[in-house]
Amino acid sequence: MNSLWSYLQANHAQLGRWTVATLWLSTAPLVTGLVAAVPVGWLASRNRVAALILLGGTGALYTVPSLVMFLTLPGLLGTRILDPINVAVALTIYSVALLTRTVTGALSAVPADVTGAATAVGYNRFQLLIAVQLPVALPVIAAGVRAAAVANVSLVSVASIIGTAQLGQLFVIGTNTGSLTPIVLGLLLFVALALVIDLAIVATARILTPWRQAATR
Amino acid sequence: MIQFDAVTKRYPDGSVAVHEFTLEVPTGQITVFVGPSGCGKTTTLRMVNRMTEPTSGRVLIDGRDLTAIKATRLRRGIGYVIQNAGLFPNRTIVDNVATVPRLLGQPRRAARRHALDLLSQVGLSAELGARYPAQLSGGQQQRVGVARALAADPPVLLMDEPFSAVDPVVREQLQNELLRLQHDLGKTIIFVTHDIDEAIKLGDHVAVMRTGGTLAQFAAPADLLTRPADSFVAAFVGRDRGYRALGFARADSLAVIDEQPVRLGDPMTTARDRQRDGWVLVVDTDRTPVGWLSPAGHRLDDTIAAAHLNLGGTLARRGESLREALDAALSSPSGRGVVVDEGGRLAGTVTAAQVLDGVKARAADGLARSARQGGRG
Amino acid sequence: MTEDAGNGLPGLHRVQIWLNDPGNWSGSEGMLARLGEHIEYTAVIIALAVLVAVPLGTAIGSTGRGTVAAAAAANALRAVPTLGLLVLLIVVVSPRVSIGAGIPGIIPSGGIPYFLPALLVLLILAVPPILTSTYAGIQAIDPAVRDAARGSGMTALHAAIRIELPCAIPVVMSGIRSATLQVIANLTVAAYAPLVGGLGRFIVDGDQNLSDPRFGYPAMIAAGLGIAALVVATDGALKALQRQISSPGIRIRPSKRPS
Repeated sequence: MNSLWSYLQANHAQLGRWTVATLWLSTAPLVTGLVAAVPVGWLASRNRVAALILLGGTGALYTVPSLVMFLTLPGLLGTRILDPINVAVALTIYSVALLTRTVTGALSAVPADVTGAATAVGYNRFQLLIAVQLPVALPVIAAGVRAAAVANVSLVSVASIIGTAQLGQLFVIGTNTGSLTPIVLGLLLFVALALVIDLAIVATARILTPWRQAATR
Repeated sequence: MIQFDAVTKRYPDGSVAVHEFTLEVPTGQITVFVGPSGCGKTTTLRMVNRMTEPTSGRVLIDGRDLTAIKATRLRRGIGYVIQNAGLFPNRTIVDNVATVPRLLGQPRRAARRHALDLLSQVGLSAELGARYPAQLSGGQQQRVGVARALAADPPVLLMDEPFSAVDPVVREQLQNELLRLQHDLGKTIIFVTHDIDEAIKLGDHVAVMRTGGTLAQFAAPADLLTRPADSFVAAFVGRDRGYRALGFARADSLAVIDEQPVRLGDPMTTARDRQRDGWVLVVDTDRTPVGWLSPAGHRLDDTIAAAHLNLGGTLARRGESLREALDAALSSPSGRGVVVDEGGRLAGTVTAAQVLDGVKARAADGLARSARQGGRG
Repeated sequence: MTEDAGNGLPGLHRVQIWLNDPGNWSGSEGMLARLGEHIEYTAVIIALAVLVAVPLGTAIGSTGRGTVAAAAAANALRAVPTLGLLVLLIVVVSPRVSIGAGIPGIIPSGGIPYFLPALLVLLILAVPPILTSTYAGIQAIDPAVRDAARGSGMTALHAAIRIELPCAIPVVMSGIRSATLQVIANLTVAAYAPLVGGLGRFIVDGDQNLSDPRFGYPAMIAAGLGIAALVVATDGALKALQRQISSPGIRIRPSKRPS
């Protein structure tokens, strides 16, 4: 693996920029997606008709293949094809699609006893959501965020086909030069990145739900 | 005959489910394993069809060690009924019942026909055969479970809390039907329950097990009630032991007093003439008791109608248990318990005092009998 | 008609023009042919994935052993970027495969060295969802049903095939549906490998040559629409298939009626 190390050293500036780009492209859409998914998912969990429309709509969006999304958005947004904004918007759309379904399911799974008790105490709908439902639903939502994160990281690499500057370019270089080193390096870095993001999500979820650790002690 | 020989079940984490369990289950009778949660009754049962294997000790059927028989072959010869029935949701009722005959190689058409017969034996109509388990109620599913277990006519039946998941009314029906089936079929049945009353009602023999998997007492139900082996068994059998033991005492020798009834539609004056201690029994045209009447509260020019009646007393069948007779006397507003014959028609009345005299006489007989046996030995 | 967007791309109105031109639909490189290829490849890959994943998943779910390993493997595979894996296999495998011939109508001559990596990558993508949904579906079956199956004297294999798998069909099919959608979508990425057909060919080639009237940007978007339509149609077809193969007993909502 000497060749990997020397390649890393030789190109570390470029790789550094690409890593930052990849990180930003995979995580920023996740956060915006989650923020958008909570109100949408909440609406869908309360009303069956809303659920049909919202989940059906987001589900349809999710089926659009990534490359297609990356290529259609420039036409819609007026950006250039290899502008990273396309990728960010596309991944945000996917994250919203995935996480809305997760949030809806997680909120619906909060036991009726718990929400009933809180309502009887006098919480209004907003307080109920923030103080009771979201904390209880957090573990399930966290699992959904982890799944979405892994999907996003993988999707970012697909953007290399259209030329966006991120770690996936290593694969393009590898194809063009027929050299294994950048490819293997790229695979390792992507997997490492996915792992780091996964651990970060798990750690965040654990910090936000201290009562679960107490229960298992 | 099924033999448990010092059977022990220990799990890898050290917990012991069954400890040195030795018992002989008699052929052709219902043996009930009963005990609190964690007493190992289900684990022991499952050793008979090798769903669980003992850590040490042996289980033998008619002298043959179970480990010598191939597990799947063994199970096709043993009926297995579990709580919630475990019916296969993807198969129709008929195909569920025909499971074991099909496994044994019976052709499909014959197996299905036989299955339909079995459905009527367990009290279900044939049209249910084409339905799926999800369309049946809990009680119906449980009956199908029993039919499925009986389909290949196995000599042994294992039943693991089969009636625990249904409501009390259905449970009583299922218990009575099991007793009826057993009367016709005479199988060797091991029945597991946590309900001591069910054990006493169904069992020819009852094995009481302790938490930790040891056998506390193995006896006939009457003996369990009258001579519990230790404080655990006594506590487990519960209160009202004396009263419940009366359920095993026959009332053959109990004499009934004649009772002069009146009929529905008779004038109130007749009631007043025939009353005794303020009460008269009212029957309908074929001498079936319908209730008690206290003429004092009614107008003399009235005729006796159903609305006037007190329906409080239970009916005791002639020659059945002292417990029925006592309950009839205790629950009757007049203090005279109504006794009926096999057709449900009035045979006479008994008082609580008479029943208690009968109890004393039995106790005296029992003492005399054991004195004679002691003398002989 | 020069309402092109200022970003150097032909405007989206060109897509309509492209779709209306019959020449773009016919021929061995036309829309219909590519659509056919896309469907063929998806069918083959899913069939292979089912052949691998369903028996394995049934064994895992039925015996209860290996769930942790399977879950970990499935998760790990999801983290590997599809494009990276494809490229790796192309660089490693393709030079070593010297089958020059093709399969008429399916694979163009000289295509096999590139099809193999694509096939492998898509298999790796399709197997985990089917595997996890199969063993999860079987483990979700009422334990009483599985107990009764073994207790009646069925062998483990008989119980798994005749009782457990049929009862798990709804969950297994949802995994197959999910895998199929993944494959349809990722065939576009697989087209990065030269000579691999399917609608992705329009997309990857179009990117090299955006303003080409035949294979450029409008073709890409049209192909994208085609894929979206294919996804919807396939999902519907699979749902219908699921209804066909599930036993009526599984589909019924339990209705409690008094005995």
